[in-house]
Amino acid sequence: MMDVYVDIIPKILPGAIITIQLLVASSCLALVIAFIAGLGRVSRFAVVRSLTSVYVELFRGTSLLVQMFFIFFALPAFGFQFSPFLAGVTALGLNYGAYGSEIVRGAILAIPNGQTEASIALNMTRWQRMRLVILPQAIRMMLPGFGNTSIELLKGTSLVSLITLTDLTYKGLMVQNTNISYTFPVFIVLLIMYFVIALPLIFGVRKLEKNASKGVVKA
Amino acid sequence: MGAIEKDLASKDSLSTLVRYENVTKRFGDIEVLKGVDLDIKPGEKVALIGPSGSGKTTIIRMLMTLEKPTSGVISMGGEPLWHKKSSSGKLVPADEKHLRRMRSDIGMVFQHFNLFPHMSILRNVTEAPIHVLGLSKEEARERAVDMLEKVGLGDKLDAYPEQLSGGQKQRVAIARAVVMRPKVMLFDEVTSALDPELVGEVLEVIKDLAKETDMAMILVTHEMDFARDVADRIVFLHDGQIEEQGTPQEVLENPSSERLQAFLSRFLRN
Ligand SMILES: Nc1ncnc2c1ncn2[C@@H]1O[C@H](COP(=O)(O)OP(=O)(O)OP(=O)(O)O)[C@@H](O)[C@H]1O
Ligand SMILES: [Mg+2]
Repeated sequence: MMDVYVDIIPKILPGAIITIQLLVASSCLALVIAFIAGLGRVSRFAVVRSLTSVYVELFRGTSLLVQMFFIFFALPAFGFQFSPFLAGVTALGLNYGAYGSEIVRGAILAIPNGQTEASIALNMTRWQRMRLVILPQAIRMMLPGFGNTSIELLKGTSLVSLITLTDLTYKGLMVQNTNISYTFPVFIVLLIMYFVIALPLIFGVRKLEKNASKGVVKA
Repeated sequence: MGAIEKDLASKDSLSTLVRYENVTKRFGDIEVLKGVDLDIKPGEKVALIGPSGSGKTTIIRMLMTLEKPTSGVISMGGEPLWHKKSSSGKLVPADEKHLRRMRSDIGMVFQHFNLFPHMSILRNVTEAPIHVLGLSKEEARERAVDMLEKVGLGDKLDAYPEQLSGGQKQRVAIARAVVMRPKVMLFDEVTSALDPELVGEVLEVIKDLAKETDMAMILVTHEMDFARDVADRIVFLHDGQIEEQGTPQEVLENPSSERLQAFLSRFLRN
């Protein structure tokens, strides 16, 4: 009975490395995009606001899988060739960056107006107001949301198996293909491995949620 | 526009620090200020009194550039605040650069303190001197500690706003505004959000400050005794217009308008 697991776990494990690499790389990209687009959504320039909201709605409103296919299969026709890993990271980053930008926007708008007025009265520039007063408070509120989004992102990484990346899911399907009686153990192992990778994120979010309210004005 | 353009570089710009000329303000359909004319001399302490909704807050928020006047001109040191002269000499709406230059002479203390909750008390007070005035950390710290000691909070430098009482918070807010050394400081009912027993300590700090500073002050207040003590002049606002003004003696002892009399008697009764 245990032999099965001894056999399949080493075969699946290398996929976990890929999955974790994908998770880290696309979370970083998504974070950067979330801030750029989130700040864009609250820009004082209407053009910037509309452009960023078009991006956000486009990427939230269409399927991640199709976005990934588009980048990997359709863009080469226009001369943009992506490696599977880069295509995966780009699609995941753009998609979850769109969700993340809503978190950034919401947190910025949640900071009471009195904070902005006080910084105007101290004659801070627009950027100083954002950098010194609004963002430090807003970021605390964003953290739990970012944590949840990164858990979502982890689950989203399994789609890269469909653009030939040998991640956790891909490896699992390979092993399952070789021996149909492995089906049950393979998927148990997959579920546990995804959960183990998510565990630090889950605990991180718990902790952040507790701290989120500290040091922020109660409106 | 004719009225706006009339002698802006007027002769008595030296004896006038702040000037409101026929300033109106509407929010949607309601006209909140109906043509306010008001001059404030350098160093002058002016108390602004009047019933709730008469437009006191709006008057000072327009000077702090938090609210834009609908018409009329507000000037600061002879220079229009919300307008600037274009190359052709016409007055055009001010840009952020102009507003920032003008704001350096204006400071404000708010009813609800608006301290920065993520910064220590010391940093609340040093942040703008460092980033806006360009002081070194040491200079800013020296200036801040000096001022915090003056308001009786020299032992709270490392505390955070949430650890302070309302009265202490408001004294920090005063210190934070004063270290910027504006020419005019605006106070918007700075004690009305405080528990009654904390009002005194804040009013004392402002009185002391008023005595020793050559900053002009505009103080919106419902505390008549305080207004009498601190102000050179009291301005009574009613329904978006200045109804009466004069020395504390004149305004509080011998009010001439019926509205002011009614306002004061309502006050003395409760
Ligand atoms: N942002 C706003 N939008 C709409 N109406 C406003 C706004 N700000 C003020 N008002 C209205 O303008 C009028 C004057 O307000 P203001 O706050 O200047 O009065 P006030 O004299 O300071 O009153 P109080 O003593 O209650 O503080 C009020 O009727 C108020 O409801
Ligand atoms: Mg008011």
